[in-house]
Amino acid sequence: MSTAASVAGRRRAGLAAPAILCIAFFMGGPMCIMVFVSLVERAPDGGVIWGNFTTDAYKQFLFEENLLGETTLNADYLRIYLRSALLAGFTVLATLIVGFPTAMYIAMQHPRRRALLIFFLSLPFWVNLLVRNYAWLLLLRANGLLDQAAMALRLTSEPLNILYSNTAIAIGLTYSFLPLMVLPIYAAMEKFDFSLVEAAFDLGASRWQALMHVIVPGVKGGIVAGCLLVFIPGLGSYVTPVLLGGSKSLMIGNLIETQFAAARNWPFGAALAFVLLMMVMAAALLRAALLRKSRRAKSSNP
Amino acid sequence: MGFLEVEAVSHQYAGTDAQVLNEVSLTIQENEFFTLLGPSGCGKTTMLRILAGFEVPSRGRVTLDGQDILRIPPWRRPVNTVFQSYALFPHLTILRNVTFGLKMRGVAKADRHGAARRALDLVRLDGFADRMPSDLSGGQQQRVALARALACQPRLLLLDEPLSALDYKLRKEMQGELKRIQRETGTSFVFVTHDQEEALAMSDRIAVMRQGTLEQVGNPSDIYDRPSSDFVAEFIGDSNLLNAAPDSQGRLCLPGGRALGIRGDAPARVMIRPEALRIAPDGNLSGQVTDLVYSGAATRFLVALDGGEETVQIQQTSTEAAGISMGDKVCLAYDPQQLWVVAP
Repeated sequence: MSTAASVAGRRRAGLAAPAILCIAFFMGGPMCIMVFVSLVERAPDGGVIWGNFTTDAYKQFLFEENLLGETTLNADYLRIYLRSALLAGFTVLATLIVGFPTAMYIAMQHPRRRALLIFFLSLPFWVNLLVRNYAWLLLLRANGLLDQAAMALRLTSEPLNILYSNTAIAIGLTYSFLPLMVLPIYAAMEKFDFSLVEAAFDLGASRWQALMHVIVPGVKGGIVAGCLLVFIPGLGSYVTPVLLGGSKSLMIGNLIETQFAAARNWPFGAALAFVLLMMVMAAALLRAALLRKSRRAKSSNP
Repeated sequence: MGFLEVEAVSHQYAGTDAQVLNEVSLTIQENEFFTLLGPSGCGKTTMLRILAGFEVPSRGRVTLDGQDILRIPPWRRPVNTVFQSYALFPHLTILRNVTFGLKMRGVAKADRHGAARRALDLVRLDGFADRMPSDLSGGQQQRVALARALACQPRLLLLDEPLSALDYKLRKEMQGELKRIQRETGTSFVFVTHDQEEALAMSDRIAVMRQGTLEQVGNPSDIYDRPSSDFVAEFIGDSNLLNAAPDSQGRLCLPGGRALGIRGDAPARVMIRPEALRIAPDGNLSGQVTDLVYSGAATRFLVALDGGEETVQIQQTSTEAAGISMGDKVCLAYDPQQLWVVAP
């Protein structure tokens, strides 16, 4: 039986079809190929030997064979993943600390001014990320602008040597991803009813209490979205660590790139990419589980 | 000295030159139901926001129980507000909404739950503690807002048009409830409204405001029977305002020459309420019915008076009005004591 509702539903599905097909073909397709690549044997000169299935690539992530042919634990790659996670986590924290007040400030402006401020916020996107990171290179390098300023202010007598370190990457990532934190929080703030803050003040809440008990819960969705939008690309960032990081501050993105290009080890590169994907998915699932738990706690325990 | 003293408070919002409040002085007693009444834009909400602490007036003084409260931030004032939009916290249950104020003040959990239960009992919402605000109807949300404010045991409760979003029947019911709660808690209420009927029904005293100034302060019958200005007479209820001038013997007469039955020595505006006029064969005034509106218990007429341009409204019970139709000649009688000369 074809009811009006099912016709409307089918029509809606029809409208979504081009997008779904695009994603299935251009994203799902390559993903399947990469899963395949990660599960076959590498060819010595790059590429893979189709049909020789092996899980060596995944084993290589944690173990290596020493000269005696024994399998030992190798934490080098894990360390790179951990460093990436720490740097991405720091970036989330830093962009949240800087971005939250910014988003709140913008949301509390007159609507016309808001549009202008959001425009300014999106201005960096008009310039390629690579170019913007080069700018940081000039700012952070030895005897660069930052060093000169610090020395002129007599904060230090020697160059700070920030460039090519984890610090430089953290600065670069925070800078690059800040708008991705501000925008979703701003979107949530814009919908937030600020008369609730007045109600909180009226009921005896200090500014800090009003922030923690009323504003933050009110824009929680925006904060979570912002954190994910910063953490996930932060984890896999490539350009910033290449330009600002040193040889000892490799991140996942660089590691994967090295495997595909310089090391000519496609299966391992693909496996590294999927380990990253699984980590991200685990984080997302954990978040969903926590959200469900807190929702249940709220409804049963006032 | 009153409980709450507002002394010569003037206010204009930053960046504007419009004077929202102009030298307003008020005294409110402990345990009083006090209403600020006026059309929108008269400054009544600004006055409420000043009492709550959301605005600091440009000039003037406000003391509560002898203490200057203008320097005290809203979160430390013994004052709570019921907001027009209710402003319930959507992410908290009803119980948590009601305990919010006590939690902010560091009251122990058991004590604040007890206080919240009592407050919810008072507004007759026991059993709703675990619901979310979005599960409640407008009237119920309104009661939660009231319970939330009362749970803090304020010295002064401010209510910003709290009934304006409710439908007629619920509004009537809540009027009685508010009055009962005010009596039971012994709290001073400052109630803001533009609805004169609401103000008359609930208040101990009413301040009528207009364009940032006080027009008149008094109890409901003062305001209704003895308005101090045309504005008050017309804003509160329906009224007939007649131009009268004294004749050679000092009797106030209508322009047509008809004596009203009271004395005066200068031209004056004389008010008589529609229900004070009645159709009677021996009436002092005569005229022709030009309009007639039946509204159940009462019927309202417009009568064009003979010998002048004045038209008066009259209100009769529908039984009295039976048999009178458009165009009829009628005589109108009244008790001269019910005439009120509005201050010139």
